[in-house]
This record gives sequence, structure tokens and C-alpha cells, in this order.
Amino acid sequence: MTEPFLAGGPLFGLPLPELWFALLFAILGTFLFLDGFDFGAGVLFGLREGDEDRETILAAIGPFWDGNEVWLVVFGGALFAAFPTVYAALFSRHYLLMFAILGALILRGLAPEMYEQRHDDAWQRWWGRSFVAGSALSPFLLGAFVGNWVAGAGRSLTLSGVVVGATVVALAVVSGVAFLRVKARGALREEIRTYGEGAVVAYLVGVVASLGVLSLAADRVADAVATLPVLALVVASVALAAGYVAALRADRDHLALAASAAMTYGLVAVVALLLYPGIDPAGGHTVDSAIISTLPLNLMSVGAAILLPLVASYFVVLYSAFSGPAEPTEGY
Amino acid sequence: MVDPVLASRLQFALTTIVHIIFPVVSMGLAPFLVYFTYKDIRSDDPVYEQLRRFWTKIFAVSFVVGTVTGIVLEFEFGTNFAAFSAFAGELFGGPLAIEGMMAFMLEATFLGVFVFGRERVGDKLYFVSSVAVGLGTWLSAVWILVANSWMQTPRGYELAREGGQTIVHLSDPIAAYANPRFPWMFVHMQNAAVESVALLMSGIAAYYVFRHHVWGYPVEHPRFWQKTLKIALVVLLITAPFQVIHGDAYGRHVAETQPQKFAAMEAVWETDSYVPEYIVAFPTSVDQLLDPRAKELFGIGIPGGASWLASGGDPNAEIRGLNSFETEAPPVAIVFWAFRAMVGLGFWFVLLAFWAGYRWRTGDLYEDGLLHKALMGSSLLGILAVELGWIVTEVGRQPWVVQGVLKTSEGVSPGLTGSEATLTLAGFAAVYLGLLSLYTYVITRIVRAGPPGGDELRTPEPRDATDGAEVAVDD
Repeated sequence: MTEPFLAGGPLFGLPLPELWFALLFAILGTFLFLDGFDFGAGVLFGLREGDEDRETILAAIGPFWDGNEVWLVVFGGALFAAFPTVYAALFSRHYLLMFAILGALILRGLAPEMYEQRHDDAWQRWWGRSFVAGSALSPFLLGAFVGNWVAGAGRSLTLSGVVVGATVVALAVVSGVAFLRVKARGALREEIRTYGEGAVVAYLVGVVASLGVLSLAADRVADAVATLPVLALVVASVALAAGYVAALRADRDHLALAASAAMTYGLVAVVALLLYPGIDPAGGHTVDSAIISTLPLNLMSVGAAILLPLVASYFVVLYSAFSGPAEPTEGY
Repeated sequence: MVDPVLASRLQFALTTIVHIIFPVVSMGLAPFLVYFTYKDIRSDDPVYEQLRRFWTKIFAVSFVVGTVTGIVLEFEFGTNFAAFSAFAGELFGGPLAIEGMMAFMLEATFLGVFVFGRERVGDKLYFVSSVAVGLGTWLSAVWILVANSWMQTPRGYELAREGGQTIVHLSDPIAAYANPRFPWMFVHMQNAAVESVALLMSGIAAYYVFRHHVWGYPVEHPRFWQKTLKIALVVLLITAPFQVIHGDAYGRHVAETQPQKFAAMEAVWETDSYVPEYIVAFPTSVDQLLDPRAKELFGIGIPGGASWLASGGDPNAEIRGLNSFETEAPPVAIVFWAFRAMVGLGFWFVLLAFWAGYRWRTGDLYEDGLLHKALMGSSLLGILAVELGWIVTEVGRQPWVVQGVLKTSEGVSPGLTGSEATLTLAGFAAVYLGLLSLYTYVITRIVRAGPPGGDELRTPEPRDATDGAEVAVDD
């Protein structure tokens, strides 16, 4: 490898720090959408009593959730690789919150696997509850983390965190309903629509409340909220929410799922806009000051450019293998 | 209240020690699963479908527990070792990110197809997904060990001052990532994983074979257990001797590149030549109980043995003692005893493999009750040996987190308080102990239930008898 190629300057003269900042939030959005519908399905699991409905919900997310959750690992890895100082500062500052997130994710990951291991009431009641708790707590705490991050807050749970957390839970239910409508048939599919409609209203209220609370927490955020791109994204969310409800009512479930995906990426884009050009306001880091040096950045960029399309192709294989409705009896 | 440095170290040690069990099972099972899947597709013998389904269940549970415990490790670098992450992130973060994208993604997505997709996808894609899952588990090890080997023998970097902090800059990616330690670690680890799973498998199978053939109890699917035992023993016969031979050469590499660790493994305090290899060594004074070979020792050793091992054949070779290094020595007793226990187990596995191989040859593999008991008793010892090996590797490089560059105590998050670190340490001790018991419980249940049989298996396609065309089968 000759020096000038990878160490001489940014690859093809690209604005790599900004691209990695955008990529990071694209990965976060992908995680929030994909694992979001898993979380939402988990919350809906708690709202449905019947055994068959519950088995259908588990069968619907069974083949996917592992792959979906890996996007969080990729987010952590990409943040570590591209902005190690931010990774270190953010994770250590939110020390106890991070461990709460890990606890919730452990519960969330373990519970469905355990639920299927034994078929007696006490066992399934316990693991069913754990599954619901993990599914609700994971998006709540992740949202709280993002709320603190944007507000530039310290370690504890803040009002911004709580409001953003609740908003993310509502969004998870929005996606969860659309996903289960695609995968389920009969009463389950019909009866969850109202949850979706309620959740999407709660989500819009949550977005407005979050922007309000965050603006009060930091002037920097208040200035950013008042800019055109952020306002445009908020207006777009309202339109998407209306489209989502219309699609559910017209039985266009795939369209509703797409609308929830667009809402998720929209929310994450708002977060990115509220931070930029900073990346960790509490630590005073900006995108340009926290990025790693040119050579490893170029290397990582080449790696990501090759690997991410490949990863996308795995998901195409996975989701097409399991397209169509899920049967409650599907398993090993 | 525990000091944040100590609490962070204990927490990382605890989470790693528990986590490593699950990747060992996944990585070790992966080649078996590829083989079972291939045979299940290509042969008419239903035993291969039983093998595939039974071991896939164990794989799936291990993968889930491995995932949830593995995310913790990735995040702990940021939460507890923020100073290390900021210092070495430029070199260390890249392999972790690539691991996520290249390996973990491959494994997690195709595991969905592999576990749930037998009825949904064609034979070819199904086989490909078994290979993809296996490849994913092994590639994970590649990138984790690329990162770890750099910490053991760092190179390809420059130190720079940035924002008042000293940090590592990547200057030569080939030197850094094609690290001389990597091939040693990778081969030793992967072979150990396969060997550990072969031991686990043969131990479980031996239990049923023992009940059936020695005690004469009726056992469901005796042929399944016989087959499992034989397949596991073939693999044990290959991996056990190889691990010992490879381990010996690996030891020499450590002696050359990390002399302080090697000195701790042998508990050599003063630089000396013609150093004996102690099988056991104790201090005579109770005050120095944690310090094998301190001063007046009692020990049994092979004269010149350690020198011989370090140099690859010269019993007079010099070994640099721990007192000649500027930094304090690692906890010598832990490294010394973990190393001896690991090596001892390695030899025991070779013996066990040869014993079983001999019984197989003489035709009484199923009747030798003592052998079965030895196999049952050894089922978890492979995993124990892996743990011991990692203890030698990781405790042996203390006080360094990056050998010779950054001390562990300098890597801990600066703002971390003792109470926070203690709280999460206690929490993790409880959660991980719970996870471990739950995992043991579930695996035991799966083993007790045995493989699927009869109606649960796919009914083979009816053959067209009049056609007379033979479907090619290779078994």
C-alpha cells in the first residue's frame, strides 16, 4: 500500500466526517425501525391474551430479531471506530443508563427463547412478562439515552430523557402494529389496528413534547428546532402519520409499515440535525474535532462501502425467505 | 466500596469469563452443524436430521445468550474503560466495527434462515445458510482476535498529543492488523473451541451409551447416541493432539514477544539459565502463599525444562526474571496455576482421545464403563481449559492493557465513581450467575429430552419404485 493512496487525504476528496456522521444515524435509524417493530410486537404480546395470538407474535419476529438487533452492535462499533472519543465520553457519562439498557436488552433477548423452552403456565407467564417488560423498557431507555445526548445532560434520568423515551416506545408500537398486520391473519390482525392508531397519535404528541422539552433544556436545541429542515421533517411526520392511519384502514399493511419506517428515519434525522455540527454537546465534541485520522478513516470507509451492501443482501434473503404470514406452530 | 479500577477490572473479567462459554459452543458446533446439514440433505438416514435438529437447538440457545452477553462487552469498553477507548480507539474500534458488519450480521441473519427455514427454503439455500452461520462465528473470532492480538503485541501505531491527551494513531495498518500474535491466537482458540465441543458431545453421548450398554436400561434412539459419540471422538482424536503440539510452539512465541508474561507463567523471579519446568511449586512461607516459587520453594520440576520450552530445545537458555522488568509483575500465582491446569487438561484430553480410540479399535467402545465415566466427567473440562487459557493470556499481560504502551489502571473511565462501579459489578454478578444457571438448566432439559424421533421427523418423499433410478446417496 503506497502512502498517498489512503494516508494522503480524504478518499476521492469526500467529506468523510460528515458522511460517517450521516451513516451513523442511518444505522441508528435502521436499528430503531427493525428492532423497533420487534419491540412493538413485544408490547402487543402483553396486550393479547390468547395462546395462539402469542405464539403467532413470537413466530412472526422469531427469524428476524437476532439480525435486527445486530444493527445496535454495528452502531456501537461504528461510533467506536469513527468517533472513539465520543463513544468513550457518551457511554461513560451515561454509565448507569447504559447498564439499564443492557439489562433491558438481555431480558428482551432471552425471554422469547426461554418462553418457548417449556409449555407450562407459570413458566410462560413469567417469561411472557419479562418479554413485555424488556420490549417496553429497551426502546424507552434507548430513547432516554438519545434525549440526554441531545440535551447535553449528565448521567441521570432527565425530563428530556423521559419524554423522548416515551416517544420512542410509541413509535415502536406504531411499527409493531404494521409489522404484525403483515404477518398475522384473522382476529389478531383486525384487532390491533386501534392500537396502531392510538400509538401514532401518541407519537406525534411525543415528538412535539420532546422538541419543547429539549428546547427548554438547551438554547442550542431551541435554535436548531426553529430551522427549516427540522420544521419540514415535523410536518412530514404528521403527513406520514395520516398516511399510516389511512393505509391501515385500507388494509394496505405494507404501505403502513413503510410509513412507520419513514417516520423512524425522520425522527433520527431530526436528532442528527439537532446535534450537528456538534456530535456530543456535553463533551464539546464536534464532528470535525472527534473524527479519527485520515488513514484509518479511509480504511473504514472502504470497509463499510464493501460490507454494508453485502449486509443489505443478507436481509433481502432473510426477509424473502420468511415473507408471507407466520404460522403459530413455526419453530425449530 | 470497591475502587473503580478494581471494580471495572473484576466486572470485565466476570462478563468475559461468562461470555466466552457461548462463543466457544457456537464456534465449536459450527463445523459439526455444517456436516450434519450436508448429510441430512444428501442421505436418507434420519439420524442426520436428528443430529442437525438436536444440536441446532443447543446452538440457538447458546447464540442468544452469547448475543446478549456480547453486547455488554462491546459497551463496557465505553462505560468502564473510556480512557482506553479514547486512547486506542483509532486502532481498536475498527476491528470491532468490522466484526459487527462482516461477521455478526452474517451469523445473525442466516441463523434465522437456518433455525426456522428448513420447510421454507430449498436444500441449497439451507445448506448455504449453515455455512454462512458457521463462517460468521469464525469471522467474529478473526476480528476480535485481530483487536486482542494488537493489545498483546502492539505495532503499526504512533503516539500523538491531541487535545491535551496522548492517543494512538494508526500509521501502518498491515503491521497493526496482520499482527504476529494473531495466527497463534486464532488457531489455538478455534481448535480449542472444536475440541471443547467434541468433549461436550462425547460426554453427553457417553451418558446415554453407558445407560444403554453398561447398565442395560432402555434408551430412546440408541443409534443417535452411538453416532454422536463416534463423530465426537473422531474430532477429539484430531483436535486434542494438535492442541498440545500447537500450544508448545505458541508458548515459545509468547516467550519471545511477551517475556514478562512468560516469566509469570513459569514464576521466574531472577534472570537465570537452566531453569527447571515445575509441575508444582509452592513457597515454604505462608506469607507468600500467593507467590509460587518465591524464595525457598518446595517443588517438583524437570531440570532445564522451562529453558528448553522457551528456546525450543536448549536446556541452558536464559529466561528473563520478573524482577528485571520496570513494571510490577502480574498476579503470578493466578498465571502460574492457570497455565499448569490448562496444560494438564490438554494432556488429559489426548490421553482420553487415545483411550477411546483404542477401545473403538478393540471393538468395546460401547462397553467400557470406566471410559464412559471419564468422558462424562470431562464434558465441561474443555470449556474450563479455554477459560484457563484466557486467564493466562489476559492476567499474564497485566499491568498492561496494551502491552508496554498503556496500563490497565490508566484505561479506566476518569469520571467513574466507586459506588457506580460497585453497583454495576454487583448487578452483573447477579445477572450473569442467573444467566449461567438458566443456560445450564435449558441445555440440561434439551439433553434430557433427546433428539426428535418418529413422527416429528420429516417423512421422506416416496420413491418411484417402477422407475428403478437410484437416487445418489453417499451413506
